[in-house]
Amino acid sequence: MNAIVCMKQVPDTETRFQVSDGAVVEEGIQYVVNPYDEYAIEECLLKKEAVGEGKVTVICMGSDRAREAILQALALGCDEAIHLNDPAFEGGDAFTTAAVLASAVRKTGEYDFIFTGKQGVDNDNAQVGILLAEMLGLPHVSVVTKLDIADDKSKAIAQREVEEGKQEVETSLPAVFTAQKGINEPRYPSFRGIRQAKKKPYTIWTAADLELDPAMLDARSELVSVELPPERGGGRVIEGEPAEAAKVLVRLLREEAKVI
Amino acid sequence: MSNNILVVAEVRDGAIKNVTFEMLGKAAALAGEMDGVAEAVLLGSGVADQADLLAQCGAAKIYVADDPALETYSSEGYTNVLSSIIQQIEPAAVFVAASATGKDVAPRLAARLGVGVESDCTDFALDGDRRLLITRPIYAGKIIATVKLKTTPQMATVRPNVLGAPEPDTSKTATVETVTVDVGEVRAKVAGLLMAEGGEVPLTEAAIIVSGGRGVKGPEGFEPIRALARALGGSVGASRAAVDAGWIDHSHQVGQTGKTVTPNLYVACGISGAIQHLAGMKTSKVIVAINRDPEAPIFNYADYGIVGDLFTVVPLVEKEVEELLAK
Repeated sequence: MNAIVCMKQVPDTETRFQVSDGAVVEEGIQYVVNPYDEYAIEECLLKKEAVGEGKVTVICMGSDRAREAILQALALGCDEAIHLNDPAFEGGDAFTTAAVLASAVRKTGEYDFIFTGKQGVDNDNAQVGILLAEMLGLPHVSVVTKLDIADDKSKAIAQREVEEGKQEVETSLPAVFTAQKGINEPRYPSFRGIRQAKKKPYTIWTAADLELDPAMLDARSELVSVELPPERGGGRVIEGEPAEAAKVLVRLLREEAKVI
Repeated sequence: MSNNILVVAEVRDGAIKNVTFEMLGKAAALAGEMDGVAEAVLLGSGVADQADLLAQCGAAKIYVADDPALETYSSEGYTNVLSSIIQQIEPAAVFVAASATGKDVAPRLAARLGVGVESDCTDFALDGDRRLLITRPIYAGKIIATVKLKTTPQMATVRPNVLGAPEPDTSKTATVETVTVDVGEVRAKVAGLLMAEGGEVPLTEAAIIVSGGRGVKGPEGFEPIRALARALGGSVGASRAAVDAGWIDHSHQVGQTGKTVTPNLYVACGISGAIQHLAGMKTSKVIVAINRDPEAPIFNYADYGIVGDLFTVVPLVEKEVEELLAK
């Protein structure tokens, strides 16, 4: 069972951002493996373990800083890593990221499926996995909460989250899946895993190593400005015994806030 | 390229969803400034008779692709049909709902067309060149970004419940054009739908949400939360703590790794107000916090708060709501 997982490194979700000179301040930010990619990594590892053989390749586009996150993926159990590291890859958008990943995937060996997290918690685009599928000419299922792969690997049945509940989607393989929280419980790396990570194959590819169509490297999206959202101040705490406070609250919601 | 904006109607269970009208209202206003009009495309099976509603909310022309092959959504099928329509009519911009379906088809469609798409947008304006200036939250809403697209059509998925729908104008009519449908090869097909329990309004569309956090202490602790939600006609949400503890399904989670919600009323019970939870609900119109801890950060963001045991307070609030609504 050969799987490719595409991951990225993002600011920790605890981060409180500042804006200075029209840009997000980068000092002092802690970086982590994108939380949704942890689910993707775990699902690939589970599928490989269920079959007892295969390879999980992790691909990450990022600067030198991403090495730490990539080693984490290797420590969890991925077998090899491809680090797409080139200044030419910076300053792009979801479209160019998917184009770079697609060319890296084409250069990697055979695979049964590709997994990404459903979105990066930095840009919240929720696009790269789906763009990647279209660029590779593969079917995709996004926001996957459960995945079952047929024994002969010809097809898979995925559950995906929709407004009313869950959709069951049947797809041929290979396919691209984007992972939603709840698909599995990501493991923690073992000490052994952490030690072994540094010995696993770790390849760095630059733009020169990939066959890239320059037109696909032009960012489609352009950032004009960023700002902090309007501050939401606190309101009033309603005093009194619970029964009285409840009465006052409901009256205020009806008469003052007009929401009920 | 025309100066028109095409809105892809969001259809679920055979009905056009409100976000469609919100998009049409905005599209009509923007297109007007561009000397163009808003148009709509309606995909589905047995949906053609709803075209009137689209006209009443601002569509000057409606493309109808009504075919049994489109009854069930597929990303490839819808991408094939929509890309063909878009390549024919060459709109300046295309709006799609930031719904489960919209977020699934829009990127595929954008890649097919070779263009960029902005996700989960909350506002639009025009710049000096009559290109869209698009507002969207990033970092789970901790930063608000303004972005532009260099490619045409400019595509965007639009967050529901933000733009507000126009009042329908029953005097408005539109030209309707039937489109021939070629779904093409579809490798990923919907095989079934498992409905969520409770039949609640989906969280991302709910006008009222009552949420439980660590303070509910267990799965049974959600009973008073559910009861208050029922009394208010609302939906049930949860913090990550409650979901990770296994007390309620992840589909109820509100927050950075859960859903972003924009209700009129959000009642947070036993939720401390961690930054990641706030990220998912701080654009609610009115926030109520009920928590035993007077120092809980949520009180800094709530419009109204009650310091107390939620197991005492929530049932009392439910009783008051029932009495009020019975009048």
